[in-house]
Amino acid sequence: MASPLAQFEIRTIAPLEIGGVDVSFTNSSLFMVIAIAAVTAFLVLGVRRRAVVPGRWQSMAELCYEFIASLVRDNVGHAGRPYFPFIFTLFMFILFCNSIGLIPYSFTVTSHIAVTFALAAVIFIGVTVLGIVLHGAKFLSYFMPPGVPLYMAPLLVPIEVVSYLARPVTLALRLFANMMAGHTMLKVFAGFVVALGIAGIFPLAVLIALYALEVIVALLQAYVFTILTCLYLHDALHLH
Amino acid sequence: MSVEAAKLLGAGLAVIGLAGVGVGIGQVFSAFITAVARNPAARPAVFPYTMLGFALVEAVALYALLIAFLILFG
Repeated sequence: MASPLAQFEIRTIAPLEIGGVDVSFTNSSLFMVIAIAAVTAFLVLGVRRRAVVPGRWQSMAELCYEFIASLVRDNVGHAGRPYFPFIFTLFMFILFCNSIGLIPYSFTVTSHIAVTFALAAVIFIGVTVLGIVLHGAKFLSYFMPPGVPLYMAPLLVPIEVVSYLARPVTLALRLFANMMAGHTMLKVFAGFVVALGIAGIFPLAVLIALYALEVIVALLQAYVFTILTCLYLHDALHLH
Repeated sequence: MSVEAAKLLGAGLAVIGLAGVGVGIGQVFSAFITAVARNPAARPAVFPYTMLGFALVEAVALYALLIAFLILFG
């Protein structure tokens, strides 16, 4: 029987090397393309009819839009409107990557720290650069919360800086660990089902419950990644 | 002690941290239920933050589980 971790193996589909760097088209790339195609099809075909009173599909597409629009409006404010396309793309990409990974025999793109850390690093660098460009040297006032007495500053400011630098790490690690651990647990229990024969009905019941949990976790982790990105953006734009 | 035995012990010790996470998740939802019981109309306002709090606490559980897996299979 295969190891529970074998599902995370990267397999090359079309080898490609540019300047000594391996940029092959792998199963990870394939599922990213599938996720983007699914998102595009879902949204573009959903609003194709452009009815004033939306049908079911158009309602779902508009629901996604409104959900993220209200998220950005509530957590970033009016100044966050230029960043809405990025936040929307981020949410739909993570959501569909997480969900497509739940299909048996498929691959979860976000279960690799390389993918989630790339997303988190881009967001962290983008938000920090934005804060520095918008506020200049005053950006450093973010690490000294208002109303704190001056003698506390040598203790508080390093703590604030470290917790700020920990943001891309925790952001990436949260999504990665949820996806990897969840899917590993599914495979481990599936192994029990096969190994126990007729008594495998009990791990099967647990497996069904775990699967429902994994569906919830897939949706929730996409939401949490997005709302934290909005909160970090709010911090950079408004410095508090 | 063999490396295999040490790995098993290490993984077992690593998941002790999940006790704190259990308490934390219980506190998040306890606060949510208390708030909604006092003011049912506040439910749509409080629910997103409940989900955010749950996911953040769950993330700590996943960090501990990640260390356990790294010890066990790494």
